[in-house]
Amino acid sequence: MSSESSHIVPYRTFILIWIALLILTGVTISVAQIDLGPLNIWVALSIASCKSALVVAIFMHLKYEQLLFKLALLSALIILAIFIGFTFIDVLYR
Amino acid sequence: MSNYPAGDRGFLGDPKAPGFLGWIFSTDHKRIGLLYFWAIVTFFCVGVLLGLLLRLELFSPGVDFMSAQTYNATFTLHGVIMIFLFIIPGIPAAFGNLIMPIQIGARDVAFPRLNLLSWWLYMIGALLAITSLFTGGGPPDTGWTFYVPFSTQTASNASLALFAVFIIGFSSILTGINFVTTIHRMRTTGMGWFRMPLFTWSLYATAWIQILATPVLAITVSLVMVERLLGIGLFNPTQGGDPVMYQHLFWIYSHPAVYIMVLPGMGVVSDIIPVFARKPAFGYKAIVVSSLAIAFAGSLVWGHHMYTSGMSDNAVLLFSFLTFVVAIPSAIKVFNWVTTLYKGSIALDPPLLYALSFVLLFSIGGLSGLVLGAASADVHVHDTHFVVGHFHYVMFGGAGFAFFAAMHYWLPKIYGRIYSKKLATIAWGFMFVGFNLLYLTMQIVGVKGMPRRYYNYLPEFTDLNRLATVGSWVLAIGLVIMFANLFHSVLRGTPVGPNPWGGASLEWQIPSPPPTDNFGENDPVVTHGPYDFKEAGIL
Ligand code: HEM
Repeated sequence: MSSESSHIVPYRTFILIWIALLILTGVTISVAQIDLGPLNIWVALSIASCKSALVVAIFMHLKYEQLLFKLALLSALIILAIFIGFTFIDVLYR
Repeated sequence: MSNYPAGDRGFLGDPKAPGFLGWIFSTDHKRIGLLYFWAIVTFFCVGVLLGLLLRLELFSPGVDFMSAQTYNATFTLHGVIMIFLFIIPGIPAAFGNLIMPIQIGARDVAFPRLNLLSWWLYMIGALLAITSLFTGGGPPDTGWTFYVPFSTQTASNASLALFAVFIIGFSSILTGINFVTTIHRMRTTGMGWFRMPLFTWSLYATAWIQILATPVLAITVSLVMVERLLGIGLFNPTQGGDPVMYQHLFWIYSHPAVYIMVLPGMGVVSDIIPVFARKPAFGYKAIVVSSLAIAFAGSLVWGHHMYTSGMSDNAVLLFSFLTFVVAIPSAIKVFNWVTTLYKGSIALDPPLLYALSFVLLFSIGGLSGLVLGAASADVHVHDTHFVVGHFHYVMFGGAGFAFFAAMHYWLPKIYGRIYSKKLATIAWGFMFVGFNLLYLTMQIVGVKGMPRRYYNYLPEFTDLNRLATVGSWVLAIGLVIMFANLFHSVLRGTPVGPNPWGGASLEWQIPSPPPTDNFGENDPVVTHGPYDFKEAGIL
């Protein structure tokens, strides 16, 4: 195993992330009270993406990993975005 | 091989892991491959019996010996077994495990214990699927597709069957992760990416689909289970849900799954044809790139199963277009195989016979797929026997025959004993004739309007249905001869040396059966490509 995997993240960072996640959850809940029309889904998905980005990058150490792993995750995300996008080509135009 | 005493059974008789437990807890990729192989072959035989029963019921219109409910349960079980227990794990889990690490010069896969876990998950899933037949509300009757709303309402034991599929899905993901890592990290010295045999390449492309698409299956079946248990209305319009959403989710996995089935088959064929034509594979890189292109583009065409579902016209247009796009890389492969044969010195041995049948039957299946891919034509033949004929051509004629080709090609390597070539050829003859009689007839009766998934039909379809049923018997005779011949060879066949076919890839350079550690102390050093027969000293 290379030195990247033994990277130690200070507790302070973890706690800050935790607080950020809680705030974002709060935002999701409060935004859900307002009807933004078609934007509803975009807002909800954007907040969710930010939250998962924080978790993946710092808790799951992706930030400290090699390029290969980042690319692997990126390709999975692009595929997921295409899956969701194509589904909306049906749902939005029905 | 002088350091290899006659009668040594290699990994089959490894003294460090004796007995039954030595097998079911083995982390040796070859033993796990064989565990998969025998389990898969067993399920295949059960699935075939069920298929024969379906055909028997269709011998005459009206109830012959199955009620509507029994027929529904039988085709569901036939479909679930064939898809989830035979054809998806089929080539990757059995022959991928047996052969791929040797082909790249590795001692084992990257995560041997994960590999064992994946076999256990597969067996547990299979056991649960069998349990679902005898418990709860009786055998599931939804079809292997578990479409809502029926699957959320049926009183039959669909929940347990769904859970079984969930577990088997994880087994598939684990195999995918293992193979991607193995191929990235464990290639021996000199085994560059473009020196890998095409079989290994096809497994690589397949493994990515397994990793990326299978989680969607897990999500989908979980949602149906949640729906059945809690009734929260995800797919129910009266509660704000959307039934078509289920079809999207299901096919986002299940269409790429079609490529999980067929890509490894293409890999087997790409490995076999050069060996029996005594010529390097024509367009090696084109075959590699088309495998990756199929894996990618094939993941984007799921909507072509849904033209009649009430999906938006824009989506129909998009998916129809993309479906035609996937035909291109598939056709590239067919051209490459045919060109490899051109002016080759062809030895028509059983592995090649099965591989060539793959090319023909897969092409028929693929071309009838284009009929279905064109939305305007599909509207008329949707859910008829034309579709049933089509997917048997691609899955059975394609992936299934590739599995048979792989058996005839690699089992002599694994067991060190070879079958009777004459019997194998006779079996092939029966199967090829029976297969076409069965499924071409089903396609014709489908175009005439016979719907799928009915135990009954209009009297005017009787003759064609009888013909198809007779075809299924001819096919069954061929299958019995083929398996009898192979089983006999495993126990008592003529012993063969390390390289019975004259292959140039690494698996042919070690003894048959291979030793537990494959290459022994020294990892092999690769100096030529997998089909450079001259440099390997074979030509
Ligand atoms: C001797 C071999 C086989 C026979 C006689 C056979 C026959 C049949 C028949 C009669 C049906 C049902 C038609 C209907 O009423 O809708 C069917 C469905 C099906 N078969 Fe086969 N089959 C065989 C092998 C295979 C193989 C090897 C595979 C897969 C690799 C396969 C996969 C399926 C699937 C997925 C279905 C659809 C089940 C459903 O509608 O839910 N079959 N088969």
